[in-house]
Amino acid sequence: MRTPPVNASSVLAATPNAATPAPATPNAATPAPATANRAGSHRLSQLDVLESEAIHIIREVVAEFERPVLLFSGGKDSVVVLHLAAKAFWPGRVPFPLLHVDTGHNFPEVIAFRDETVERLGLRLEVARVQDYIDDGRLHERADGTRNPLQTLPLLDAIAAGRHDAVFGGARRDEDKARAKERILSLRDEFGQWDPRNQRPELWNLYNGRHTVGQHVRAFPISNWTELNVWRYIEREQIALPPLYYAHDREVYRRDGMWRATGPVSEPRTSETVETRTVRYRTVGDMSCTGAVESDAASVDAVVREVALSTITERGATRADDRISEAAMEDRKKDGYF
Amino acid sequence: MTQALTDSQALTDSQALTDSQALTDQAGGTLFRFATAGSVDDGKSTLVGRLLHDSKAVLADQLDAVTRTSTERGFGGTEGGIDFALLTDGLRAEREQGITIDVAYRYFATNRRSFILADCPGHVQYTRNMVTGATTADAVIMLIDARKGVLEQTRRHLSVVRLLRVPHIIVAVNKIDLLGYDEAAYTEIADAVRAVTAELGLGEVHVIPVSALAGDNVVDASPRTPWYTGPSLLELLETLPVVDEVESALEAFRLPVQLVLRPQGAVAVPAADAPAFRDYRAYAGQVTSGTVRVGDAVTVLPGGAGTVVTGIDFAGTALTEAFAPQSIALRLRDDLDIARGAVIGAAGTLPDPTKELTAALFWLDPRPLTPGDRTLVKFGANTVQAIVTAVTGRLNLDTLEQETAASLDINDIGHVTVRLAAALPIETFASSRRSGAFLVIHPQDGATLAAGIATATGVPA
Ligand SMILES: Nc1nc2c(ncn2[C@@H]2O[C@H](COP(=O)(O)OP(=O)(O)OP(=O)(O)O)[C@@H](O)[C@H]2O)c(=O)[nH]1
Ligand SMILES: [Mg+2]
Repeated sequence: MRTPPVNASSVLAATPNAATPAPATPNAATPAPATANRAGSHRLSQLDVLESEAIHIIREVVAEFERPVLLFSGGKDSVVVLHLAAKAFWPGRVPFPLLHVDTGHNFPEVIAFRDETVERLGLRLEVARVQDYIDDGRLHERADGTRNPLQTLPLLDAIAAGRHDAVFGGARRDEDKARAKERILSLRDEFGQWDPRNQRPELWNLYNGRHTVGQHVRAFPISNWTELNVWRYIEREQIALPPLYYAHDREVYRRDGMWRATGPVSEPRTSETVETRTVRYRTVGDMSCTGAVESDAASVDAVVREVALSTITERGATRADDRISEAAMEDRKKDGYF
Repeated sequence: MTQALTDSQALTDSQALTDSQALTDQAGGTLFRFATAGSVDDGKSTLVGRLLHDSKAVLADQLDAVTRTSTERGFGGTEGGIDFALLTDGLRAEREQGITIDVAYRYFATNRRSFILADCPGHVQYTRNMVTGATTADAVIMLIDARKGVLEQTRRHLSVVRLLRVPHIIVAVNKIDLLGYDEAAYTEIADAVRAVTAELGLGEVHVIPVSALAGDNVVDASPRTPWYTGPSLLELLETLPVVDEVESALEAFRLPVQLVLRPQGAVAVPAADAPAFRDYRAYAGQVTSGTVRVGDAVTVLPGGAGTVVTGIDFAGTALTEAFAPQSIALRLRDDLDIARGAVIGAAGTLPDPTKELTAALFWLDPRPLTPGDRTLVKFGANTVQAIVTAVTGRLNLDTLEQETAASLDINDIGHVTVRLAAALPIETFASSRRSGAFLVIHPQDGATLAAGIATATGVPA
């Protein structure tokens, strides 16, 4: 038996249906089933436990920090964190702005979704553009053309410029072996660096966000969620996502064992044949190094099923940049990446 | 053989894993959190790697990657030479040194349960990270190298586990392959362990002979230890009760207030509904224990005022009741002065706030603690100044007895008295694991100095 869905649209959609207004008198609350799994049993489902943990973390950070910001790319994990934030502060608005580090290598439908979401929720979006840094020479295009590693400098500049002392991210520990070592609240020095050998102890659910001038904290509310948890939650809460997460026909070619989309930053080489395939994306990132997977999962329940049956991890299936070296993610994180 | 495997025998390996995941999630299967502990090199990471592998929780690309790295590093183990420790030892430095430095969290599921596992380091230098992994654990798997028996670090970790009141302790006597699966050798160690756990006042412990390397008694009962008739490690993990759930349901309702939700016009509800929220005010937090229902009488600290719950909101849904660990927002009948740090509890159940504490500290910082030191104490949503008024003793890990101490050094388990700048409703950790724990924080650089556990409140006798 599933938890009765809290109507997702009441939290995030433009036209919420039936958000329960706060009754003025005691006991006038609309009797709604408690989020108990079985009547009379005080046991929360796994998703409910994870959801409450995430909301607790988000509220702690907002209470203890002056200027939090949420890294928001329009990707599924950041969308889920935003949804959780909306639930955490209902009926108020999400009390912090969003920040997107734009590689310039975007899927157009993700940018459209990002802008639409920001508009719908009446939030402020800060955008830090890798392209600006390349244009004025502060960053140089890499030989391999990928821009994921180039995000760090614009990110750190944006954190400094916005005087953000806490930065929410949608990173999950199940994504990568370096992320598996990350704290929920991760202290970063003035260079944004992660020091995996010297992390602050994190005891019980008592998060210590103390930091000195110049330091900031990265906060990862969905640390303990798996890819499958995320998809089940998207299904349960009816959370909207960019369409490329669902099966669609696309012109692709094979490279490094992945299906790459044709596009301005991902032209096929002459030896590579372009064909139309039914694919979907498991992650969205820099278009030049993010691969699609063949899939007919066109609906959220089909995706849930597919993820449950997958024999390859999400990043293994889709990220060329993580294959550069055994410790690609660890190295990026040490440099201040999220 | 476990149910998980029996049910899925007809399926391929990959389907076995994932169908069981699907089932677990659908059934709302319980989350069970466990951590490893023990001395350096006794095989913790190898054991959890083996557990993940044998319960089909390692996906193909991960297995490829660790197989490749194992070969590159010349690992000479069995099973095609896979060093299972690489599944959790993911940092460059860990792989170079062959030790675990910080906790790795991994996630897997069987037909019965979903697990969050924290693979902790054994090295004494990284004890703080082991404490990190153990604070949230429903069970700890304490490893012992069968050739070495109980070591100082074993006693230290067992003491931590006792201090933290981790509900279940599983002792895995590992590397039993190196003792030729000898029953007598195993029994000797099992007896020695039971003697130590009894001395520490730990309750029931489950002792299992295992070989992480060869997989004996990890997922399936091993034919090489016919003399052992107990459950495999996985069977235990799948069936141990979630004590936290039971305990917190029995305790009185507590909600530490994280923040006050008072949108004052800046609402995220449709314009038509907005007027209903003009005066909305609710107290947001995560229920730490007990159950609250609309209409319940509650007390609020500080102040001790009584009022009544008029609503329990969860993001647009009105609940009739809420329980731990739900994150909710409470509406109350009376306009009270309630801010972050307040605690709302079932009427008449809250303790008197206290400025004087007697506590056990697990000291985690290289800088020693001496009496008179000024620190911060973080309890729930409160952070207050504190002075350590006395160090009254320290645990001697050889004798497991208290000895006198003038200061506490890193990795010491000590006893102190503390004076707080403001009274807090701390309870003893013995009465509630959820309302008796606190952090000791450095007032200048913000470092977490110690895990604190209240043993008594009020002025010491
Ligand atoms: N023969 C044998 N060797 C084992 C067994 N389990 C682990 N080992 C070996 O013991 C060594 C240490 O194993 P790890 O799993 O890294 O030990 P650990 O407890 O995680 O070490 P730390 O995390 O650094 O404390 C490795 O060389 C393993 O291959 C076992 O059951 N039998
Ligand atoms: Mg290890």
